[in-house]
Amino acid sequence: MNWISALPELVLACAGMAILVFGVLAPKNAFRLASMFTIAAFLITAMLVMGGTTSLGYSGLFSSDAFSQFVKLLILAAATLGVIVSLDYSEHENMQRFEFPVLILLSTVGMMLMASAANLMSLYLGVELMSLSIYVLAAFARDNLRSAEAGLKYFVLGALASGLLLYGISLVYGFSGSMNFADLSAELTSASQASTGVTIGVVFIVAGLAFKVSAVPFHMWTPDVYEGAPTPVTAFMGTAPKVAAMALLVRLLSGPFAHLLAQWQQLIVLVAIASMLLGSLAAIGQKNIKRLMAYSSIGHMGYALVGLAAGTPLGVKGVLIYLVTYVFMNVGTFACILAMRRRGRAVEGIADLAGLAKTDLGMALWLAIFMFSMAGIPPFSGFWGKLFIFQAAVTQGMWVLAVIGVLTSVIGAYYYIRIIKVMFFDDAAEAFDARPASLSFVAVAGGLFTTGFFLFAAPVEAAALAAAKVIFG
Amino acid sequence: MLYALAVFAPLVGSLIALLFGRQIGDRAAQTVTIAGMVLASICGVSSFVDLIYSGVPAGVISLGTWVEAGSFHVEWALRYDALSAVMVAMVTCVATLIHIYSAGYMAHDNTIWKFFSYLSLFTFAMLMLVTADNLLQLFFGWEGVGLASYLLIGYYYDRPSAGAAAMKAFIVNRVGDLGFALGIALLFMVFGTISFDGIFAAVSQHQNDSYHLFGTDFRALEVIGVLLFIGAMGKSAQLGLHVWLPDAMEGPTPVSALIHAATMVTAGVFLMARMSPLMEYAPYALGFVCFMGASTALFAATIGCVQNDIKRVIAYSTCSQLGYMFIAAGVGAYQASVFHLLTHAFFKALLFLSAGSVIHAMSEEQDIRKMGGIWKKIPLTYTVMFIGSLALGGVYPFAGYYSKDAILEAAYAAHTGVGAYGFWCGLIAAGLTAFYSWRLLILTFHGAPRADQHTMDHVHESPWVMTVPLILLAVGAVLAGVMFHEQLLGEHWEHFWGESIKLNPANKVLEHMEHVPGWVRLAPSVIGLAGIALAYIIYMGMPALPARVAAAFGPLYRFLLNKWYFDELYNAIIVRPLFCLARGLWQVGDATIIDGVPNSVASLTGASSGQVVKLQTGSIANYAFAMLIGVVALVSIFLIFLR
Repeated sequence: MNWISALPELVLACAGMAILVFGVLAPKNAFRLASMFTIAAFLITAMLVMGGTTSLGYSGLFSSDAFSQFVKLLILAAATLGVIVSLDYSEHENMQRFEFPVLILLSTVGMMLMASAANLMSLYLGVELMSLSIYVLAAFARDNLRSAEAGLKYFVLGALASGLLLYGISLVYGFSGSMNFADLSAELTSASQASTGVTIGVVFIVAGLAFKVSAVPFHMWTPDVYEGAPTPVTAFMGTAPKVAAMALLVRLLSGPFAHLLAQWQQLIVLVAIASMLLGSLAAIGQKNIKRLMAYSSIGHMGYALVGLAAGTPLGVKGVLIYLVTYVFMNVGTFACILAMRRRGRAVEGIADLAGLAKTDLGMALWLAIFMFSMAGIPPFSGFWGKLFIFQAAVTQGMWVLAVIGVLTSVIGAYYYIRIIKVMFFDDAAEAFDARPASLSFVAVAGGLFTTGFFLFAAPVEAAALAAAKVIFG
Repeated sequence: MLYALAVFAPLVGSLIALLFGRQIGDRAAQTVTIAGMVLASICGVSSFVDLIYSGVPAGVISLGTWVEAGSFHVEWALRYDALSAVMVAMVTCVATLIHIYSAGYMAHDNTIWKFFSYLSLFTFAMLMLVTADNLLQLFFGWEGVGLASYLLIGYYYDRPSAGAAAMKAFIVNRVGDLGFALGIALLFMVFGTISFDGIFAAVSQHQNDSYHLFGTDFRALEVIGVLLFIGAMGKSAQLGLHVWLPDAMEGPTPVSALIHAATMVTAGVFLMARMSPLMEYAPYALGFVCFMGASTALFAATIGCVQNDIKRVIAYSTCSQLGYMFIAAGVGAYQASVFHLLTHAFFKALLFLSAGSVIHAMSEEQDIRKMGGIWKKIPLTYTVMFIGSLALGGVYPFAGYYSKDAILEAAYAAHTGVGAYGFWCGLIAAGLTAFYSWRLLILTFHGAPRADQHTMDHVHESPWVMTVPLILLAVGAVLAGVMFHEQLLGEHWEHFWGESIKLNPANKVLEHMEHVPGWVRLAPSVIGLAGIALAYIIYMGMPALPARVAAAFGPLYRFLLNKWYFDELYNAIIVRPLFCLARGLWQVGDATIIDGVPNSVASLTGASSGQVVKLQTGSIANYAFAMLIGVVALVSIFLIFLR
């Protein structure tokens, strides 16, 4: 019954092919219809995911469990919102080609595969499927020099990261004799037994995946690619792939390599601290809001890694909740950024937001909510994400990590709140063009989630905890 | 029901005037508050009459729970007994008259609605204070009158001196209030309750409890008594904490009459009487009370003899009279102290309001050196002020005669050292009181006019809204003593006071008062008349003499004129060091350290942000290099440190 456990992925992949065929055969430009079909496919897949069972298929290559369900639903939500925010932009910027939603769909299949990977090989396939689609997406506005540069940069560096990942996998395989997570877990029962080859292999795998979550020092591509890529692509890149890669890191490190905790923990701690510091410091001087969001996401991934570093179910629960809050506030913020359009031209400067409260109070309020949430100010969801993460770290006695996390979020609050200051207290600039309904919808959805999260935190928390327990067996 | 109405009618009036005063206009706000006060005084007087003459039983009117926290239980409740009822009746009556008087006095003001709202708010707070059934509610009223007093002293907020005086009153009162709050806390610690009934029932159980303080064991009741009295000292302007009262004369004159003469300042005396069942078991605290009261009575009277501001003379007189009340409380004659409180309320309000009438007539002039020769022009004011002075001076048969004599007799009859101190201080102060009262009268009304012609031409009697309250208060100043003397202090005082004042069985002061020697009875009157005579001789007979005397006794005169240099002393030892400390904390602590550290951290952060961003060159080769370096670094750390 292999196909049952992978039913959502199979359905989604087939839908992707069908939409592709439809797009080719359709008499006129099929961008909008293809997007709608994609969204429909995502929704159907999400329902299939929710109805899924716990099983291990394809000779242990593919695992469907509470953890993968949780992550997949989040990925699908992010991807759906990503398609919605792209609708208006693509038409404005003359990139309304039906391949766009299909590429998002294919990368989503890759991400879902990553979430379910139970073998280093299926892991690699998932990562590559996701990445290749995104390389193309980043360069999708092919007439635009910056977009092409971003795509190329991402591709070259991504290839390097892929190489690191693959090399790490081969080292682990070579020194332990298995690529299957269950077998690896049985093999590597204590830190002292692990051979140097395996541990170096783990470092390489972590490096490869750290590239995907843009953790320091593998983050260098992020600001350039975020800035250069078409904004809806940036919005998509900033959410779903991060979730998938982070989930993969969690599953890998807390699963097969769980017994090497003492070794990789310090590694993750270092990477987390570096990411939090860089994310908060480098963002201060930014004038382009997309670049700022790039550094912001580096910082956020640093916080999520803190939960992973704790190495407990509580920590993993924190990571998952953090990702949930992160996705919604991030996609909401990007919806606002996409709405920054003056006389038909998209603008990206922070200064362009000046006095937004006077010209468009609604948007200013939503953006202010997202910024407060990212800064971790209660009662918004960002606060709860950080709370669970730091709680897990403190429970494990990792005071230094928690204190650095709090300090960097204070620094981070500076640039988030500066945006609010610009919007509410600076002299009003020229008003933006009218917002399309699709962007308002995403901003409001994200805003409501961010604001109201504390009202329904308990079920999310319970689901996250159940998912986390799966990893720890 | 009537009783509750008496308490809450002023609140309603105040709220209406405060919230809607701007909309409904000055006249309506004034009418509403005065109507509320008239209603309150009718209710207040009738509930007093009910209790004392119609035999309605005393009790507690519960209004609901206020605080319910563990063993700490506080209720909103109105206490209905003789002490509260007599205070309610007095406060509502005097306040009503002063409200009416204010309608005339403040006629030219711009924010009449605000003034009346504050005045009614004050009355409500004062009523809360006197009807409280527990110490917290009393404290609520206590702070409420403090707030209203602050607002009213600073009513002319565009005058810097009024603002300063308001702040001074508030801050000095904080010192006393700290003592009071500590006293309440200690009471709760010892008794486990702060309701009066609970405390009084348990006094005998706790009379030997001790409280460890400064390395010594004190009797807890003594400590409580002293702390409560420190609170009373602040409110009632006793020596040391008196400095705010003369400055408080910056407020409008009706305010001085209501708050700083008749009602609020007597709250301390009321507190002593209210806590009498407890104070009775704290003899040393009582001794302290008597000592401070006697000292204040004499001290303030000496200053009153040389002041030149008509209101300040009366203010120091108030301070001195409050001292008398504490002498009586300190020797255990609470009845006498409350009696003097009552009579004093009438004649001191009368004096203040007459002074207001004089000021009104003299085109806002307050310096008595610039008055004189106006008694024929404002005969009514002159008459009532004369009556007030007779009452204050303790001349038979005016109100002050009965109450002041009673206090001095009680002090003598106590047969204690501190009682004797109280008696002699009080006796000398009685002479001085009579002297400065007539000095004030003569300088204000008699002799050659010293004001300019323009002012003199405008001297006129006040309108009826101001004179009618004066006449009514004058009636009170004449009759209050005769009417209540027998009831409050006579053989059957227990019939009047009921349970509200409970004495230690060993306290026989009231009985001993009946048996003091004849000269003790006569002495106050004799010395008072001598003071009056002296004032006549000096100021009527030889107007040039005062200046010569002042020149001859230069240092003493300046010492008194400068109020014993209390303000200067406090400035030097408290205010200025505190300013220095505050300035130090501000400039060094706040501006340099507290602001400096985050500011430099912030600029450091900004600078490091610049450095971090420099790594972002845009070149793929650099980025790839950074990644590889990263991997190498991580592997090295892994192999070197974590194996």
